[in-house]
Amino acid sequence: MVSYLVKRLLTMIPLLIGITIICFVVIHLAPGSPTDLQTELSPHASVEARERLMALYDLDKPIHVQYLLWIKKLATLDLGHSFSPDGRPVVDKIAERLPITIIINVLSMILIIAVAVPLGVISAVRRDSLFDKATTIFVFVGFAIPTFWLALLLMILFGVNLGWLPISGIRSLNYEYLPAWQQHVDLARHLILPVLLSAFGGLAGFSRYMRANMLEVIRQDYITTARAKGLSERVVIYKHALRNALLPVITILGLSVPGLIGGSVIFETIFAIPGMGQLFYLSVMSRDYPVVMGILFIGAILTLMGNLLADVSYAAADPRIRVSS
Amino acid sequence: MKTDFWYRFFRNKLAVAGGIVVVALFAVSLLAPWIAPCDPNEINIDRVLESPSSEHLLGTDQLGRDVLSRMIWGSRISLKVGFVATGIAILVGAVLGAVAGYYGRWVDSVIMRFVDVMLCFPSFFLILAVIALLEPSIWNIMIVIGLTGWMGITRLVRADFISLKERDFVQAARVIGAGDGRIIFRHILPNAMASVLVAATLGVAGAILTESALSFLGIGVQPPTPSWGNILTAGKDNIDIAWWLSLYPGLAILITVLGYNLLGEGIRDSLDPRLRE
Repeated sequence: MVSYLVKRLLTMIPLLIGITIICFVVIHLAPGSPTDLQTELSPHASVEARERLMALYDLDKPIHVQYLLWIKKLATLDLGHSFSPDGRPVVDKIAERLPITIIINVLSMILIIAVAVPLGVISAVRRDSLFDKATTIFVFVGFAIPTFWLALLLMILFGVNLGWLPISGIRSLNYEYLPAWQQHVDLARHLILPVLLSAFGGLAGFSRYMRANMLEVIRQDYITTARAKGLSERVVIYKHALRNALLPVITILGLSVPGLIGGSVIFETIFAIPGMGQLFYLSVMSRDYPVVMGILFIGAILTLMGNLLADVSYAAADPRIRVSS
Repeated sequence: MKTDFWYRFFRNKLAVAGGIVVVALFAVSLLAPWIAPCDPNEINIDRVLESPSSEHLLGTDQLGRDVLSRMIWGSRISLKVGFVATGIAILVGAVLGAVAGYYGRWVDSVIMRFVDVMLCFPSFFLILAVIALLEPSIWNIMIVIGLTGWMGITRLVRADFISLKERDFVQAARVIGAGDGRIIFRHILPNAMASVLVAATLGVAGAILTESALSFLGIGVQPPTPSWGNILTAGKDNIDIAWWLSLYPGLAILITVLGYNLLGEGIRDSLDPRLRE
């Protein structure tokens, strides 16, 4: 297991370098130079002043030196300062918004597993039944539905017409005055729609995957053996088959991380949730490049971590992986 | 082989339904100037946010424009984005996949590591970051969606090339002195097009979804040009009074994407019935 872990960590190094190169290239796609913002405003800025600013940001050095200097800053988690009037460090801005995004994504992942696994298993076991057909339709619609549109419809239904759920923010206006337990209820009520929606896209793909997996496992010899031993169908399906069908699910969970994080931009913007996705959207709209790049980088790192976590747990759960690789 | 394909395709009702949807969409966007009941950009301040009526079948928007006409013209945007973005993705994906699979060794490792790195970025993040640096215009969007969506195609084409390059017909081509370029593009690539076609059909669906989300967020197709996504933005701004602005454009996106997905899956199943689960 240790040697597997070491090998797996080593494969991350080229990926990490690649991520930094792409981020760096994207930064340099920006038209003009970062100092324009400071010099454009004062037409009297002399050539000297410009050059001094260029030197301050190391822009007068060759590109590979700039890259190495940038990497050095990254290593100390220095992502620069925001262009917005507060001018705060990018890291702080992201750090205060990351937790809510992660909470929503973890909750939606739990929801995805809780719903998609039974859905996939039952439609595989009762193949071609009415239930299976209904699930298939749900899956196709789930693949095709624009999540932001579904969000609008649910907002109209639950927020506007029925008035059951709040449609904006994560806290009510009177949050401060509520007793502690009601504060939790309030938070939960605000999170219901966002979590439901961010889970929705993954649900379709996941239950379809689960179904295919289960169909594959049921065909295996050891399932026939289990049946031949006289075990009840229940034990065969839920003990022998399900365990094996669940294994690859870990990998898929890891692979779904970038989609979930990317999706957070859409639903955090719609529901006005103060998370990393909303910060990204606001920064894109105000062209706050340092924050945009910081979040792009953090997003890639989170994906890398998700994949690592998935691979390691898979190896922990399935000895065959450790031995063969 | 060909007749088998069509036979299987036409027996698959869902695939045929998907095909009909796609053909109908083509017709609508081609015939937009003739079938749209009104000018999509004609502003009528007296008739703002009217609910659907016999005069305006799908109601009017916040500037009194006819929603149905705007949706009909908006279908052109979806079609254009879907095809151009997917075209770019196929071009990049197929060439890189072909080169990686054909040459193998370090060329293969470099390209595939690049694919792995690209897959680390949430694609929506990458698209937004680049749009933030450039201007949000329809061309930029098509290019960026294409340039962030080629990785799956590279993997498919590479896998096909690895198995095809050992086949006899490739050896034969080499023996009669065909160069690498000729073998890759004239002999092997046509045989790998089946999986590309399926990926492309599904890719069009994905590109349409991404464009609508970008336009909805205000960083895609810019008003007054109508797109399904930016009509939905107006729907969100008037969420408590004008449900029709939210309902119909989304339904159009759903049906379109569903159509392409069903068509794509149908083509895959008909090309090779063994692939069917």
